[in-house]
Amino acid sequence: MLKIKKGGVHPQDEKKSTAGKKIEFLPVPSRLFIPLRQHIGEPAVPVVKVGDIVKKGQMIAESPDGRGTPVHSSTSGKVAETGNCMHPIYGLSPCIVIESDGLDEWQENLLTERSYENINVPELIDIIFKNGIVGMGGAAFPTHIKLSPPKDKKIDMLIVNGAECEPYLTSDYRMMIEFPDEIIKGILIVMKILNINKCFIGIEDNKPEAIRLMTEKCKGTPIQVAELETRYPQGAEKMMIKVITGREVPSGKLPMDVGCVVQNVSTLKAVTDAVEKNIPLIERVVTVAGKTVQSPKNLMVRIGSTFKDMFEYCGGFSGKNGKIIMGGPMMGMAQVNVDSAVIKAASGIVAIAEDDVDYQTERACIRCGRCVEACTMGLRPNILSILSEKGQHQTAQTDYDLMDCVECGCCYYVCPARRTIVHYIRQSKAKNSMLRAASKTGSK
Amino acid sequence: MDPKDNSVNKQTPERLIVTSSPHVHDTESVTKIMWIVNLALLPAVIFSVINFGLPALITMLICIIGSVACEAAVQYWRKKEITVRDGSAVLTGLLLAMCLPAGIPWYIPLIGSFAAIGIAKHTMGGLGHNVFNPAHIGRAFVMASYPVAMTTWAVTRIGMKGDFAGAMSKISSLDAVTGATPLGILKQQGYRALVDSFGGQAAMYKSLLIGNRGGSLGETSAILLLLGGFVLIAKKYIKWQVPVVMIGTVGLLTWILGGKVDGKVVLFTGDPILHMISGGLIIGAFFMATDMVTTPMTTKGQILFAAGCGVITVLIRLYGGYPEGVCYSILLMNAFTPLIDRYIFPKKFGSIPEPARR
Repeated sequence: MLKIKKGGVHPQDEKKSTAGKKIEFLPVPSRLFIPLRQHIGEPAVPVVKVGDIVKKGQMIAESPDGRGTPVHSSTSGKVAETGNCMHPIYGLSPCIVIESDGLDEWQENLLTERSYENINVPELIDIIFKNGIVGMGGAAFPTHIKLSPPKDKKIDMLIVNGAECEPYLTSDYRMMIEFPDEIIKGILIVMKILNINKCFIGIEDNKPEAIRLMTEKCKGTPIQVAELETRYPQGAEKMMIKVITGREVPSGKLPMDVGCVVQNVSTLKAVTDAVEKNIPLIERVVTVAGKTVQSPKNLMVRIGSTFKDMFEYCGGFSGKNGKIIMGGPMMGMAQVNVDSAVIKAASGIVAIAEDDVDYQTERACIRCGRCVEACTMGLRPNILSILSEKGQHQTAQTDYDLMDCVECGCCYYVCPARRTIVHYIRQSKAKNSMLRAASKTGSK
Repeated sequence: MDPKDNSVNKQTPERLIVTSSPHVHDTESVTKIMWIVNLALLPAVIFSVINFGLPALITMLICIIGSVACEAAVQYWRKKEITVRDGSAVLTGLLLAMCLPAGIPWYIPLIGSFAAIGIAKHTMGGLGHNVFNPAHIGRAFVMASYPVAMTTWAVTRIGMKGDFAGAMSKISSLDAVTGATPLGILKQQGYRALVDSFGGQAAMYKSLLIGNRGGSLGETSAILLLLGGFVLIAKKYIKWQVPVVMIGTVGLLTWILGGKVDGKVVLFTGDPILHMISGGLIIGAFFMATDMVTTPMTTKGQILFAAGCGVITVLIRLYGGYPEGVCYSILLMNAFTPLIDRYIFPKKFGSIPEPARR
């Protein structure tokens, strides 16, 4: 079994309520709010206008600069409105509202049956791009870019992320249990694109069933399953590479600089669907969990459904909510309300009861060193938080490696003084980038 | 297009809390840590009350009430939130009391508490900002102010066997009433006299471990202090390396340098066990050198800190003017803490090793 060498925490995993339940399909809501901001960078630009009739799988927006991905309609119906909708990360995002006609009809001539073996590599990448595949683990990085590294970066290994180290979330786990063949085919497709023959699937040992099933399915392929100790943040790209290969992604560099590409299991299933059936990314599995949710579930959800639709399907709430979080409780985004729409990177939505929200006031750092010990990046989070508090954001960057922080949240998790260290660090990062932007415009 | 003007969905009004991630926390808090350290001291506290009687209890109460009152007063005066419930002032008071002899005049612990909380802790900015261990500053303050009262040791109630009581009174008649702890006897009369005063080496060790001999409230029972220390290690509030390195350093150096034959130092003939279980070393190593605020943050730094404490303790015990040096060794190393933290910190993930950088 492989372990994180330094740091990390082990929060209560809270996965029991949903891990054993089969994925259910959320009925298509009557109105879908499809956000055009699906990843970092410019939002996609609509190619349909209000009143147009669209079919399921039809492209409705495309990337303005080729660095993003196109967005597709999640069902058939009419474009009712364009405007801004609630976005789980950005607050507001331009969106296209599709009024479902209830027929859920595929676009004509869209679906095919084909084998990836007969398709050449540039075409495969094009298919992945056209079907709007992005990393579904949380960062939503466009997959076609990840799979076409610059010529000078020699990739020799694919790492498949099935760690799912965040508490509550079980969507990746259910994917591995219910779609193992699709995932493995996705891996083989990606291996063909990257022209490599080494692949590890990293799974934490709190999912023995997934480990057993994937190991069995991987027989006869070059794919190996790596059993990992259950420890947060093992699913973080850099940690996973380090744990499995021993390679350390240098500060400020990317996984491809150490010859690795990391893909989430859900992304690989989407890759298979896109390549073999030409199905664009219009739905994903989302864990709906939390103490106040009447019946927590894993739902196959159309992109553009709102959180409200999902909570209602799960029987509503049994108590008062303190927080609604998109993603896991360690790195997820707290929501203003339940009207946010599901994006391609939404792995789960978690409701935290009002009583469970930690109200303890923050105190001065007592220098206990627990955050220093928990920090997997080898930073000194307490000093970063103090510098931020004092407004010394530049010092934090030049002397204390501010930019190496991955915001995993282990430091806050263990802090007995309940300092919101990650928040301080984000403030410093934001202040510094504002300064940089200001100095750029100033010099012009 | 004004982004706020054209929201397409009617927003559900709901009062939700929005904060930056993470949204979960483990169960530790400053308050919990401080009270558990207090609890870990409890066995030794109870023993010292049994051992020294009512005067011990009174000294402790004065220290605790003095510390808490002082903290509350300073925070009230500075218009800060009053945080006496977090147990840190109680802990400082308790640790200060453990460094004092039983039956000391009432105003000395009171002044000590004021020095500890008012000066050492709050002039620096309160919990988390103090450079020196408050309890030890309090002790050093009254030690410098009332040297005689601070070295007048009460006789224990639990049977002091052999000639130890005699040795104490002998010193008393010779030189006021100073230096009647085992380390004091060692300093003034030598190792032989100390062993004789207990009536044998084994009896001496046993007495030191159990605690029926002279000393301050908290330096008497090694076993009960160890018990509390183990609790803290098990709870992961302190690292085992710190007491092990500090006590080990003292043992090693006293074994090498501590032996004397006819007044001349003979290497490798010292009695490490005596030095390791006597004086304030155990309480210092488990409860003071592990204080979170005033010691380095990293394990490596803490080991260096502990080794430094050990070395200074031995220097004071063998070559200094005082029989005991734990308090000053910790205070001196506290001063080095910022320096240690500046140079010893974890290796950053993804930092490129020197040769590879070229």
